[in-house]
Amino acid sequence: MIAWTFARRELRSGVRGLRIVLACLALGVAAIAAVGSLRDAADQGLVTEGRRILGGDLEIQSGAQPLPDTLRDWLRARGAVVSDVVQMRSMLIAPNGERQLVELKAVDGAYPLVGTAETSAGPVQGALAAGVLVEPVVLDRLGVQPGAQLRLGQATFTLRGTLNVEPDRSASPTILGPRAMIALTALPGTGLVQPGSLLNYDLRVTVPPGTDVAGLMQDLRTAFPDQGWRLRTTSEAAPGVSRFIEQTSLFLTLVGLSALLVGGIGVATGVRAWLDGRARTIATLRCLGASTRTIFAVFLIQIMALSTLGVLIGVVVGALLPLGLIAAFGDALAVPPHGGVYARPLLLAGAYGVLVAATFALWPLARAAQIPGAALFRDALLPFRLRARPALLLVQAALVAALVGLTVATSNERLFALSFCGGAGVTLVVFRAGASLLMAASRHAPRLRAPWARLGIANLSRPGAATPLMLVSLGLGLSTLAAVALIQGNLRAQVLEQLPAVAPTFFFIDIQNGQLAQFQSILTGAGVTKAVEVPSLRARLVSVKGVPADQVKATPETQWALRGDRGLTYSAAIPEGSRIVAGAWWPVDYQGPPLVSFDAGLAKGWGVGLGDLLRVNVLGRDIDLKIASLREIAWRSLSLNFTMVASPGVLERAPHSHIATVYVAGPEGGVLRAVTDALPNVSGIRVADVLGAVAALIGKLAAALAATGSITLASGALVLMGAVAAGQRRRMAEAVVLKTLGATRAQIRAAWLTEFGLIGAAAGLIAAAVGTASSWAVVRFVMHADWVFLPGILAATVLGCVALMLLFGYAGTAAALRTRAAPFLRNE
Amino acid sequence: MRVRGARLTVPAAAGPVNILAGIDLDIRAGEAVGIVGPSGSGKTSLLMLLAGLERATGGTVEVAGQELTALDEDALARFRRLNIGIVFQSFHLIPTMTALENVSVPLELAGVPDAAERAAASLTSVGLGHRMTHLPGQLSGGEQQRVALARAFAPRPRLLLADEPTGNLDVATGRTVMDLLFGMRDELGTTLLLITHDPALAARCGRQVRIADGRVV
Repeated sequence: MIAWTFARRELRSGVRGLRIVLACLALGVAAIAAVGSLRDAADQGLVTEGRRILGGDLEIQSGAQPLPDTLRDWLRARGAVVSDVVQMRSMLIAPNGERQLVELKAVDGAYPLVGTAETSAGPVQGALAAGVLVEPVVLDRLGVQPGAQLRLGQATFTLRGTLNVEPDRSASPTILGPRAMIALTALPGTGLVQPGSLLNYDLRVTVPPGTDVAGLMQDLRTAFPDQGWRLRTTSEAAPGVSRFIEQTSLFLTLVGLSALLVGGIGVATGVRAWLDGRARTIATLRCLGASTRTIFAVFLIQIMALSTLGVLIGVVVGALLPLGLIAAFGDALAVPPHGGVYARPLLLAGAYGVLVAATFALWPLARAAQIPGAALFRDALLPFRLRARPALLLVQAALVAALVGLTVATSNERLFALSFCGGAGVTLVVFRAGASLLMAASRHAPRLRAPWARLGIANLSRPGAATPLMLVSLGLGLSTLAAVALIQGNLRAQVLEQLPAVAPTFFFIDIQNGQLAQFQSILTGAGVTKAVEVPSLRARLVSVKGVPADQVKATPETQWALRGDRGLTYSAAIPEGSRIVAGAWWPVDYQGPPLVSFDAGLAKGWGVGLGDLLRVNVLGRDIDLKIASLREIAWRSLSLNFTMVASPGVLERAPHSHIATVYVAGPEGGVLRAVTDALPNVSGIRVADVLGAVAALIGKLAAALAATGSITLASGALVLMGAVAAGQRRRMAEAVVLKTLGATRAQIRAAWLTEFGLIGAAAGLIAAAVGTASSWAVVRFVMHADWVFLPGILAATVLGCVALMLLFGYAGTAAALRTRAAPFLRNE
Repeated sequence: MRVRGARLTVPAAAGPVNILAGIDLDIRAGEAVGIVGPSGSGKTSLLMLLAGLERATGGTVEVAGQELTALDEDALARFRRLNIGIVFQSFHLIPTMTALENVSVPLELAGVPDAAERAAASLTSVGLGHRMTHLPGQLSGGEQQRVALARAFAPRPRLLLADEPTGNLDVATGRTVMDLLFGMRDELGTTLLLITHDPALAARCGRQVRIADGRVV
């Protein structure tokens, strides 16, 4: 009680010295709260828009197999409205010969069941009745205007206008090219639907209000057993978007947590400086009989009151900022986030803030409470060493454990979150050790002739020097940015430099058996250096070792391969880019029961091995494939490869098409034109276009990460400003005395800039090393890619660090240099 | 040292304050002069003018043949480094530097090659050879003032300015410090200008100058 009274009286005199603490907490908490709120808003957007995104209450996907009329009748009998959609890739060819790979969507007359498709040619059904609609970008790329005659396969369509809004686009995103839409009735005329064509049949379903969709799905499975259709409801309308939101928010939250941790250092130093300023009060309280416990409580109450204020400011900013962002940019997103105040992320951010404040304030508080009265007055020069009592260590350990526990418990990727916590701890230790090394080097530095250089170097290791604080506060933020830049640089290097060096020029899909010879003859003499054609079938996995595919316990990273249609091929020889790691390849003339060579990574994730059976469904027929070998596949060579390669025999007789990789030396446009002119149903994918699109996506993601990473740097800058401000009076006194002893302003400035520059260089070098190690770990173990050394980014990190420190040093010491000597000397 | 009509006026909220109202003063090389006068009479301001730490708003201040009012801040610093030593009442040691480093600073700034050796000798001469690696906070007030004396004398300045050097010390310690100061001055032949309230101390100087209301009286 007495502690409350004392604390209240103390608070009356204000908490000016704790403004940095307030700002550090507010910034870190705001970052985490904003990321969390954006995530929840995006998730809520998916929920409220789920029906529109899915295009109905239920979607039935059958892959390459048309859905039977009996299914439609069964659904209609239950009051449902159905709509058929077929999707595939094709070439859209303009009268001028220009061509564009498009994601073709053929829709029936009921499309869209939910939402509205907006076109430049009026109602969508009216426009489709007489032609084709395309995304606006196609007009520029093909150099055409509405009214133009465009060819799709063997059919010619009139371009009616542009498709401006496609309500169900997020559920069926366009990956390899822009969208083109035609009427389903026009699809047969294109000749694109051939045996083995890579296409997807979907049925969208809306049900009467009040219908139990889950029950309907159950009934449907009972009525149509062994069909292997994939059913999706509104809760999983856009699984890709959901996964993207989840993973991005995890990265951004961890980067926000880095900012809060740097802010924690600001809390520790701010509290320490503030308590130093309260030395007389503490000494007086002790002289008047206040116990260690009372003194601790008095100042704990004040610090936690202020921390709570900082956390609250952060929470409010973190709640409001996403609202502003959504209002400004929400409409531009495929799934507009649902703006609102979400309690969970705000409470979580608040909890992080309070825990960080308590974790970092505890040590300086305990120190101030234990320090003897007389020691307080000489503390600046003869620092009092805190005795680490067991209770104090226990509380500190509990706080750190709570912080780590909260981080891990609230993450879906727990191992990754735990690795982050470990990495953050190691990084702090590395920077602190780096500071100790720098200070030791300063003490043992050879004597330089220039007095300013000598003075600057010696300043690094003087008693009470802020070297460790500055190094850590600046270095952590820059480490984050360096890691983000290196990861982005590595991915860009992969996509734009390493992959193109080995990648084919084109992929061609949907080459029919009867077209293979013509395809090969077209390529002869067209600058083609290599062409590889491989049979391509679509297969749906029915069961793994007798367990239905949807019940297989697979690791999260291998679950994707259990869903939907998979590519399947057969081959007498080991495909290029494969290495057998278990079992043996079948003889060239093998004609026995079907065998399969399976991807070793998937086998591990699914828990299968040699001799196990994989049952697949090819064109409605179940085939058991026995695993004869496991292969490691070099996917990044971008050569043709399949997770499942079957032995020749059974599959050869199934209707199928071929896909091909074509490597072209020199001008490449002629090859694409020649193939797609002669074989209208064949589509060509230019690999450079795809890699360019991927690189652009990486750029956008990296920009988001860098923006969040900048918050860590801003937090570090706050701590740095606090450190410079705390040392300002000492620097002013030093400047005056040095000037009195004959130092020029240039000499004093040079000494200080030497000091700041060396700290910056050390922080930059360590940040570059930490960034390199982090990026290596993420690229190697999270992204499973080759890591390359990027000296340019590292040099920029070091130089940026030095520049930042010099800037801070110059700005912070300019005022000290302007101090007039006489008043200072008089007043002392 | 030649001061003619030196004035110092500083702005204040209630209007300009005349601290020095036309000081005329001549001090010969090697002379010891005690400046006495009541508090607020302008003694310290006069010392600041002579050290080039304050700029006269009127008149001229010439030290060792150099007109100080003609020099900018950095030129004044360079002039001090070679010609003037100063001892303050509050010592003004740099708290983060050891005694040896504090004494070395003016020598290093002046580019003296054996700065550390000369600083060590200077500290030894004031009886602090055993305290070289101590920080000011680890020294008593008397010891700190002896470090300040060692620092002021180490570059062998032509002029020593001392502002109440015993003001913060007890009588016995103050006497020891002043004995050292006069001993070193005698040894080096340094011109001394000593500001003090202590008549006995002023009497140890060859000449006394009394200042009142910013004028020599």
